Amino acid sequence: MPLGGIIFLALFILAFGVFLIFLARKIGGRKPGPAVKFEAYECGITGVAKKDTKISVKFYLTAILFILFDIEIIFMYPWAVTYRDFIASGQGAFVLSAMFIFLAVFIFGLFWEIKSRALEWD
Amino acid sequence: MGKDTLEIAINGLKLVLIFLMMVQAVPILVWLERRGSAFIQNRFGPNRVGPLGLLQLLADAVKFLTKEDFYPRTAVKTLFYLAPVFALIPATLAFCAIPMSTPIQVAAFDAFGSSWGPYVFKIQGFDISVGIVYILGMSSLAAYTILMAGWGSGSKYSLLGALRASAQTISYELALGLSIVGVILLYGTFDLTSMIQAQEGALHFQMMGQTVTSQFLPNWGFFYQPLGAVLFFAATFAESNRLPFDLAEGEAELVAGFHTEYGGFKMLMFFIGEYGHMMVASGLFAAFYLGGYALPIPSWNPAAVLHWSTELLGSKESGSVLAAIIHFLSFNIKFGLLLWIFIWVRWTLPRFRYDQLMDLGWKTMLPWSLANAMITAVGVYLASVAMV
Repeated sequence: MPLGGIIFLALFILAFGVFLIFLARKIGGRKPGPAVKFEAYECGITGVAKKDTKISVKFYLTAILFILFDIEIIFMYPWAVTYRDFIASGQGAFVLSAMFIFLAVFIFGLFWEIKSRALEWD
Repeated sequence: MGKDTLEIAINGLKLVLIFLMMVQAVPILVWLERRGSAFIQNRFGPNRVGPLGLLQLLADAVKFLTKEDFYPRTAVKTLFYLAPVFALIPATLAFCAIPMSTPIQVAAFDAFGSSWGPYVFKIQGFDISVGIVYILGMSSLAAYTILMAGWGSGSKYSLLGALRASAQTISYELALGLSIVGVILLYGTFDLTSMIQAQEGALHFQMMGQTVTSQFLPNWGFFYQPLGAVLFFAATFAESNRLPFDLAEGEAELVAGFHTEYGGFKMLMFFIGEYGHMMVASGLFAAFYLGGYALPIPSWNPAAVLHWSTELLGSKESGSVLAAIIHFLSFNIKFGLLLWIFIWVRWTLPRFRYDQLMDLGWKTMLPWSLANAMITAVGVYLASVAMV
């Protein structure tokens, strides 16, 4: 059971990284300066950075479409790994055609998306 | 001290060793990248510090350590400081699941005043039966570190860079996941070691009811999945934010993308993360398509190498150690060549435009990898029916 190893390694890396950042902070220090020094970088003149920057809706759309397609791809994984067993037991044609029907829905969705210009970036 | 304690200690040490090996590989890769880019662009590159400039990165590390620690006034400090630390985790955890060599078999050894029974030492961090799913899951966690850095910096450039980077990563993950479906169909397993074992021997095809066997070509996945291999490799470039897909840090538009506000050691940790993703991609590519750790000559399969080294050294234990070293070197040569291709491409191809990048991912690579999966499914079916 590798779960213990995964948790151990993650914690080790976390400790390693925090230690390095702490070390760099101790050695490098933090020198005072004019207030403008501590502004976020924005091309040189005084910044106007705000958190409520408007973001293109395309990013949200991409994220939603990603979730839809990714779930459909994840459905293919168990099918792919058991495919040879199904062929060996003589059900290959059935399983293959079942997946093709599923993929037809997938492809229809993809082309509908392209046609509805959901994937256009301008 | 029980057997469990010893095994836990050995495995813990092994994991730490793999992580430290990944970290120390980064200076070498950065040196290779800078010297390689200089070679490609007809310059010298770093050649002052140490022989061939090899100590340049040591000097850089000292400089990184002494840099002033900076965070912008608008930053969310927790996220800002944790993002580079978390950037190290996904790539390392994913890399640990890649088998790097054949296991070392120890029949018995004496330590701590008692004798320990047979022990199989795997040259692999964790042996997970669902290897691919685990690696994909782990390496896609990298999108979170990018978003943490982008939001935590409190800078517009960082936020835009992070959004672009995460949108790009998730878009290419579809093509990546689908090109792996072809690999899973081909080998019928999630386990990377079984995949490497399936690629042993000579290349052979079934044709018109008879088997055609090649004399000198190995039975590598690349010959069965050429399109899948190209799609997988291209998608991993986008996953690790490398040129020609490094839109996240297009310096002409976004200064440096999500790590605009980072400097010194924090910046270096993002670098380690990026190179870690390249290493995961190269290791996976080698395991899927290039026979993993096996030697490229069909008759020198791992079992034959183990037999040869056992006869040479006279004992089964030292034989398995020698075989493990040979396979580790073989893996590292493939691994190094693939990493060199990453660097080579970076200094050869120009950057895409963002809409071109998204078009390539969604409208070209996704349909092609879908077609690849379907063709593989039909091919596997026909081959199996022809055999029966």
